[in-house]
Amino acid sequence: MAKDELEEDHSKDYLTIIIADQRFGIPVLQVQDVLREQKVTKIPLASPEVAGSLNLRGRIVTAIDVRKRLNLPEINKADQTNMSVVVEHKNELFSLIIDKVGDVLSLKEDEFEKNPGTLDPIWRDISTGIYQLDGELLVIIDVAKLLENIGE
Amino acid sequence: MDDLIIEFITETNESLEELDLDLVNLEKNPNDKDLLGKIFRLMHTIKGTCGFLSLPRLEKVAHHAENVLGKFRDGALEVTPGYVTLIFESIDQIKYIVSEIEETGSEPAGSDKALIDRLDAAYEGKEVSGDASAVGESSPEDPEDEKDIVIDIQEKELAPGDASIDELEAAFAAAPGMEGIVNPADEQKEEGKSEEEGKSAAPPPPPPIKKEEPKNKTAKKEKKVASQTLRVSVDVLEDLMTMVSELVLTRNQLLQIVRSHDNTEFSAPLQNLNHVVSELQEGVMKTRMQPIGNAWSKLPRIIRDLGLELNKKIELVMSGQETELDRQVLELIKDPLTHMVRNSGDHGIEMPEERVKLGKPETGKIWLDAYHEGGHIIIKITDDGKGLSEDKIKEKILSNGLATEEELEEMSSQQIQQFIFAAGFSTAEKVTAVSGRGVGMDVVRTNIEKIGGTIDLKSKAGEGSTFTIKIPLTLAIVSALIVEAAGERFAIPQLSIKELVMVTEKTDNRIEYIKGSPVFRLRDSLLPLVSLSNILGLSENNALDEVKELTCNDDKKPSTEENIKATEQVLHDDNEAITSEEVTNSASENAEIIDDDEKENSKLAEDAKRKNLYLVISQVGGYEFGIIVDRVFDTEEIVVKPVAQMLKDLTLFSGNTILGDGSVIMILDPNGIANATGNIAVGDAHDNHDEEVFSHTNKKKTSLLLFNVGEPAPKAVPLSLVARLENIKAKDVEYASGKMTVQYRGTLMPLIPFCPSVQMGDSDDDEKPVLVFADKDQSMGIIVNEIVDIIEEYIDIQLSSSQGNLLGSAIINGVSTDVVDIAYFLNSVNKDWFKDHDDTPFAKHDDDLELRKRVLIVDDSPFFRNMLTPLLSVAGYDVTTLEGPQDALELRDKGVVFDAIISDIEMPDINGFEFAQHVKQENSKWADIPMIALSSHATPEDIEHGTQVGFNSYVAKFDKDTLLNTLAQTLNS
Repeated sequence: MAKDELEEDHSKDYLTIIIADQRFGIPVLQVQDVLREQKVTKIPLASPEVAGSLNLRGRIVTAIDVRKRLNLPEINKADQTNMSVVVEHKNELFSLIIDKVGDVLSLKEDEFEKNPGTLDPIWRDISTGIYQLDGELLVIIDVAKLLENIGE
Repeated sequence: MDDLIIEFITETNESLEELDLDLVNLEKNPNDKDLLGKIFRLMHTIKGTCGFLSLPRLEKVAHHAENVLGKFRDGALEVTPGYVTLIFESIDQIKYIVSEIEETGSEPAGSDKALIDRLDAAYEGKEVSGDASAVGESSPEDPEDEKDIVIDIQEKELAPGDASIDELEAAFAAAPGMEGIVNPADEQKEEGKSEEEGKSAAPPPPPPIKKEEPKNKTAKKEKKVASQTLRVSVDVLEDLMTMVSELVLTRNQLLQIVRSHDNTEFSAPLQNLNHVVSELQEGVMKTRMQPIGNAWSKLPRIIRDLGLELNKKIELVMSGQETELDRQVLELIKDPLTHMVRNSGDHGIEMPEERVKLGKPETGKIWLDAYHEGGHIIIKITDDGKGLSEDKIKEKILSNGLATEEELEEMSSQQIQQFIFAAGFSTAEKVTAVSGRGVGMDVVRTNIEKIGGTIDLKSKAGEGSTFTIKIPLTLAIVSALIVEAAGERFAIPQLSIKELVMVTEKTDNRIEYIKGSPVFRLRDSLLPLVSLSNILGLSENNALDEVKELTCNDDKKPSTEENIKATEQVLHDDNEAITSEEVTNSASENAEIIDDDEKENSKLAEDAKRKNLYLVISQVGGYEFGIIVDRVFDTEEIVVKPVAQMLKDLTLFSGNTILGDGSVIMILDPNGIANATGNIAVGDAHDNHDEEVFSHTNKKKTSLLLFNVGEPAPKAVPLSLVARLENIKAKDVEYASGKMTVQYRGTLMPLIPFCPSVQMGDSDDDEKPVLVFADKDQSMGIIVNEIVDIIEEYIDIQLSSSQGNLLGSAIINGVSTDVVDIAYFLNSVNKDWFKDHDDTPFAKHDDDLELRKRVLIVDDSPFFRNMLTPLLSVAGYDVTTLEGPQDALELRDKGVVFDAIISDIEMPDINGFEFAQHVKQENSKWADIPMIALSSHATPEDIEHGTQVGFNSYVAKFDKDTLLNTLAQTLNS
């Protein structure tokens, strides 16, 4: 899908992820890996959003519980397993723990919309905008913002 | 051969090789200023170094060549092809001499007179440029001269039988070129041409005659240099090290996997890999190793000087200089070592008379020894001096409030001795220039601990002291003990672990509690204990009440509910009744927290049954404590990796790593744990939050020297202002033109009693401490009654003083203390600056920092910065000080704003005038900020220059009142 016509219409590719039935998008170029549930080493005394750290091919990756970051209720572990999306931020790797990973969507840039003003402040802070999809909305995550204010 | 010479040769060869390439360009662009500059610098360096290494022949050539090059560079002489040839010849001659030195260790015999004469001729310019025959004349005879040398060399080189075909070929190759110069029809052009021909034959384009030389030499040299040393950038080595570390980790993982399978076919190759990797690791480590002697080389000199200064006879005996350790570690221990050796000489070794009296040899000895021991380097500093006086330490501990008398009673002499590592502690009665400011040992310990080392001390009064420093060989790979607490694993660096103790209720060893704080009797000492799971917040349920931890009887089943019941039961009991059973505390605490996790519950229940707990006895500085953990696994070699940025604030961890089984593990920092348990003596790393340069100075701690002058309130002066502390005897005080002076370091130093109540006693031997202040060539001493202490404190002057010699009063160390205005005393010594100091300072105490006027002081002299800061702070300004205009301009670009700028004039790099121009230039954010120049030279011309570049006023240094007045006027206008 490297060079289809859409690309010439200034479209961008997003990996969609699902957290608590809400669909989010992460620019696909920022995604390094998608992982199944991993064994995570807890880091005592760290902020609650920090789920721990894990070993990804010899590199230590900090796992972030995105549900906690987005102020969503904890996942019911008995019901489902989680997945993670690995992103790089300021030369460090982070594994974002989410519920599910969806498709990669190619979306036109001119359909991109600003966040509604009434959006939850935390969400508004970490999101750059929204796409209207058929039947649902796609909230685009700003990875840097998502990771920046953790631990402060 | 001397190390210095070897280094010089390597460096010179490198630069020369580099030049070879550039020379080709010089030929094309004879007036390339950059290139000429480069050659000039090389010559200059060679000349300078040769003088130092006493290589007169080389020095001469370089010197004369430098002269000519200097003219080229300045454009005083036009570069003609003839001159280019001359430069080539000089370079070749230098190459030749260097190669001889490399071979024989000394300069070859012979003279370069012909070459030098030509260089001189060129230098004089007229002769050469005007009279072309000057060059022409010299060239025919010169080649002959040179040829002799060439032949000499060839003979020399041939003689050992290593004449290579290369050399012969080179000689032949040179032959056609030779013709070119032997018939110099029209010399300059011809020479230029022959150069070009020559170039194609050999990269360095020297005059043909000499071409054979460099060729031979380069060939030889390359062989030599390549076989001896190879310069590799540190970055490459660091990268290699990282890779090897990763490889070690992977090997560990593989080994772990293989261990769990019996007799797999992988065993043998893996074993092989294991060996190879170990060797590789060792090899790469070696590239970073340097002998510790490198860090010691300055010590004999320091000790000699110290002996002279203190009139002591001291001998420094060093052994184990060849012991190697990581370059990085070496750098870090250099200063602490120097400090400690100096300390030994200053405090340890007695005066010769005293030693004789004690029946010791007159000359005191300091032994410095280094050796390897179990993956560590041990450095021992031993002296046969007076040892530590326990009584004096006790006194000091009490007067500094570090411990109470009762506490001291209970301490072992070892524990008492450890106090010398506490911050602000000094047993030296007099604080001398050499040591005794009481910051030393504290800093030494902190520095050593920073690299994961430990420092220990043994001392016997009258017999001497031994300091033992144990540091890791390298910082890259450390050995760590893996422990478990509350089901999580952690790594503790092996180096900080003293021993491991297993506590079961069956042994006599058990954990006891003092008002809920666990302690442990280890042999004769009582160790404070920390529960790892508690401190890491892994047992929040019962962390609230430590007593709750003590639970679980032998017969009780370790089911969670029962544990809780048991705990509650215990709570009602007398504390004393709880003894042997406490051992299992964390088993139960674990049992409690893992309610939600069945698996672990059962595992921990098992642990509880076993009722074994482990104490990891650690030492951080002098503080020994035990960490309670649930389980201990084996030790592993780990590579410390820094934690992610967002976890940086967790001081309990020093990093993280990947274990052999592939899991990530956090590495505990024993320092952090000691800090977290409230052991204040263990450094104050927590306070050192990075402060921005321009943060308000009045929020920073300042080191203050406290002293008494016979008045109730102690006096304080910023320690940074004090150059030295001396004790001066009454008999040494002389009166010159009615003023007190003392002969000090060969000059007369004026002395001033702090106030009339401080007077020298009548007896000749009466001593008084004197604070010596010095700046550049001036110095003065203030006599005080007693030096009290040195402390770190925020200066917050709360009452300003109308007394000229005081800035005001502040609460320091809980006592109201007068902060001294040193400017007052400086003025009174140097009358030129001193006018009327009785004016009340401009004390404007706005409590609100926002309202205070912000003043920026730029001065390269720390002395003045330190002096002006309190002066202006007390006058109600918010002061920021910077060392140079560069820093100031950076602040400007960051958008920091001030109400006024006070700037020194004489500063390196950018002077005050230039600084003002920068500030006042158009579009500068600071263009509107008034500037005051501060200078020791206030000539009318200077003042005018200052006004031109934008200074609003010009004030003489030391003139405190004018400065304050001017500042106030400037800000008001």
